Amino acid sequence: MTVSRPDNGRAEETGRPLVRMTAVRKAFPGVQAVGNGEFDLRRGEIHALVGENGAGKSTLIKILTGVHQPDRGTIEIDGQPIDFRSPIEARRAGISAIHQEFTLVPAMTVRANLFLGRERTHRGIIDNNFERTQCQPVLNRLGLSIDSDTLVSELTVAQQQLVEVARALLSDCRVLVMDEPTAALAPREVEALFEILREITGRGIGVIFISHRLDEIFEIGDRITVMRDGFTIDTRSSQNYTRRQLIEQMVGRSLEDEFPRHRPAPKDICFVVRNLAGPGLGPISFAVKRGEVLGLAGLMGAGRTELARLIFGADPAISGEVELDGRRLSISSPRDAIRSGICLLTEDRKRQGLVLGASVEENFALPNLRSWSRFGWINKKKERSRFAGRVAALSIRVTGPDQPAEHLSGGNQQKLLVARWLETDSKVIIFDEPTRGIDVGAKYETYLLINELAAQGKVIIVISSELPEVLGISDRILVMREGEISGEISDPKTAKHEDVMALAVS
Amino acid sequence: MTEETKKSMQKKHPHQAARSRWSKILGDYGMLGVLLILCLLFSVLTLREQSPTGSNAAEKLMASLKQHRTVSSGVLIVARVNGEDSLFANTLNRKLKESSIPSRIIFSSEPSVLRDSLNQFASRKEVPRIIATSRSFSAVIGAIVTQLKDYQSSEIVTPPTYRWPTFLLADNLRNVANQITVIAIIAIGMTIVIITAGIDLSVGSLIALSAVVTAWIVGHMGGASASTLAVLIAGLGGILVCAATGAFSGVMITGFGIPPFIATLSMMQVAAGFAYIISQGKPIYQLPEGFILLGRGADPLFNIPYAVILMIVLYVLAHIVMTRTTIGRYIYAVGGNPEAARLSGIRVKLILFWAYVICGLLAGLGGVIMASQLKSGAPTYGLTYELYVIAAVVVGGTSLMGGEGRISGTLIGAFIIAVIQNGMNLTNVESYTQKVVLGGVILAAVLLDRLKQRGFRISG
Repeated sequence: MTVSRPDNGRAEETGRPLVRMTAVRKAFPGVQAVGNGEFDLRRGEIHALVGENGAGKSTLIKILTGVHQPDRGTIEIDGQPIDFRSPIEARRAGISAIHQEFTLVPAMTVRANLFLGRERTHRGIIDNNFERTQCQPVLNRLGLSIDSDTLVSELTVAQQQLVEVARALLSDCRVLVMDEPTAALAPREVEALFEILREITGRGIGVIFISHRLDEIFEIGDRITVMRDGFTIDTRSSQNYTRRQLIEQMVGRSLEDEFPRHRPAPKDICFVVRNLAGPGLGPISFAVKRGEVLGLAGLMGAGRTELARLIFGADPAISGEVELDGRRLSISSPRDAIRSGICLLTEDRKRQGLVLGASVEENFALPNLRSWSRFGWINKKKERSRFAGRVAALSIRVTGPDQPAEHLSGGNQQKLLVARWLETDSKVIIFDEPTRGIDVGAKYETYLLINELAAQGKVIIVISSELPEVLGISDRILVMREGEISGEISDPKTAKHEDVMALAVS
Repeated sequence: MTEETKKSMQKKHPHQAARSRWSKILGDYGMLGVLLILCLLFSVLTLREQSPTGSNAAEKLMASLKQHRTVSSGVLIVARVNGEDSLFANTLNRKLKESSIPSRIIFSSEPSVLRDSLNQFASRKEVPRIIATSRSFSAVIGAIVTQLKDYQSSEIVTPPTYRWPTFLLADNLRNVANQITVIAIIAIGMTIVIITAGIDLSVGSLIALSAVVTAWIVGHMGGASASTLAVLIAGLGGILVCAATGAFSGVMITGFGIPPFIATLSMMQVAAGFAYIISQGKPIYQLPEGFILLGRGADPLFNIPYAVILMIVLYVLAHIVMTRTTIGRYIYAVGGNPEAARLSGIRVKLILFWAYVICGLLAGLGGVIMASQLKSGAPTYGLTYELYVIAAVVVGGTSLMGGEGRISGTLIGAFIIAVIQNGMNLTNVESYTQKVVLGGVILAAVLLDRLKQRGFRISG
């Protein structure tokens, strides 16, 4: 595949931008989501839109895609002012959006999904041949070597995403919006996606790219627009940004250090995993010291999450043993692990961590109820005071104990879960992708929290797919590959990304 | 977003706060409001002239008699021999005696006997100036008196009528409560099951199974002359059989991953079949008198049926369990997010298992109550009751998606259904039309819930 990337000079010369949003404002009852949105997109450009959660990115995009109507401001496409009343109008005008949650029907074929809602029919019968001849070239172009009659449910996440892209291309889109497209992809798949994005921009399509991963933004973005508190702060060519400047613009204050690391040196060994094996995993052995932050690096599917789940008893282990403070533990369920002082902060907080409909206090209490109830009778007073104490200690931003957990931001959800596990008196804390989906400011706070926990003498294991992060916060890194530990990096401070990658890929 | 803006966002929006407060109030008390509106509506629609009965009638009549000119000459009370009438006659007689007014009573419902008695008075020249009788009997008395010429100057008095809604008569309210007890008690178990994101379709059949098993055991322990102990053992047997059926569903669901809908649908058929097999398809009638105490008996003080008292006790108990105990919390957590609950160390399968056991147990209790109310056990009991039970739960605001719902809401839901049915009966709505209305109400309740949930969510 040839990679053609329009240089910025040429794109600027074309003058009339593909999309121009000027002085856009949008308020919801009680909240001004966008105060002043300024955004323009050129033909053949990949324009990254960044900002913390709640900065107004999504609202701005939803205005562009016709989901919301602006209170004020103008939107021009190809110099023509437009006024979308619905997403369908926006799609007809050539604007396609691919959201984090895919909109494919898993039980239908790829082709049926691609033509969903605009099937070519002949007297009410779908013209299969026409559809096949139409979509196969597009699939091939995207490097999707699948038959169009494959069921979507049989595809990997990356392939499903490409099907979404194919759908956009088939509907002759001129503007493609991608919201956190790489969140669920492995590094290799991310690279493949980027190649495809470069290829389609070569045909004049403009791409709006929303991501929290700064590395990717610098790699793929031609220009970067930063939003904060509903206002467009700045738009620059990505060469004119440093990583640090970008973060500072996003959070609105200067950061001393992206990865703070100030804690006492780890002490004696206290947590040992010996020959732990599960289906397609291990046997794995390692030991962690008290107060040590052990990073677990590796590609998606290398078995890091699976290892964590084995230790925690969430999946059954075939063999092996786990030792804490010299005591052999017998763990066959999460319940056993929690009682032994091990906890797991799952990667997917919404699905595996929180009961979203329940209150923050109830979520906090879930594994701890036993310690403040007698014969099944909950001592509400004790519960409330314990909750209040932990909330204050971790400065979790909640409106009150009855606030539904789903209303918390990603960072605060993470903190709430940490508070819960501290209450169970966990000695081993396993973080699986602790900063996924949370914004830069909250990431920083999470790192501080990990520091503090390590300083308290906890054993910390951090699984992270973000190399700068895992290098930045760990005392030691184990790299996994295909269900086994492929190597160790004993001094992450001086190690480079390439060192980790060399161990991670075969 | 910076620290300051986040803080300001949390407190600044009174408009939004007011809105969410309203939607919260609507969510918490909306159904109670609907229930009250329904009660009000049927009260207005059934407002008519009511004639008092029993001692109440005597008191009312006494008050009006005192104003009467000729009362001091004496009063003849004519009454039929039935509970209400004799209570009325005896009370009135006592009251007249207390006010030292001479009075006599004739107890009979036979016109010929009455005529003879009145003629006897006439022959003794003791024709009473005032004849008191109940409103329902006054027409007969009037017809007799007009035929007797000695009585032309006598006056027939009846207790004064008053305007009052038939719906709000104590008897009717007791009826409403009685009609709903079985459904309401089972709805407790159904609420728990639905909160765990499950469903139990077998409860209707379990009513029949429990009633039949109970009657069958009583039949084998003495039948109509069985001892109290035998009745207790039989009732317990019926309940335990249903709890065991619930346990079986629970094992199928948690152990083998069969969807609750399918597992309980099968048990619905199985239980119904067993009810027919055990009873050989016929109702079992040989039950002792004492057996009806639970279903038809009432406490002597306020005349509240025992079944209704049991229902209230169970609701209070269930409310406490669901809000104040660990198992209640776990039930909500398992329904809200089973994976998160498991990873929090909760024995999810055990909780689910118990939910179905409790639901089966309460369905069994419902069957015993119904057998007691009807003084027999038949395999036809409880047909389509599962739908009424589920409707009560849903109208009460419990989400079929699991994780949310309230026991108190279910009680309100059950009463809404009972009040609608009762009110339509009182206002002579056809039974076919009743079905249409009931279906509409269930739909409206769920619609209200959806609208509330969709609410005014802000995306940004």
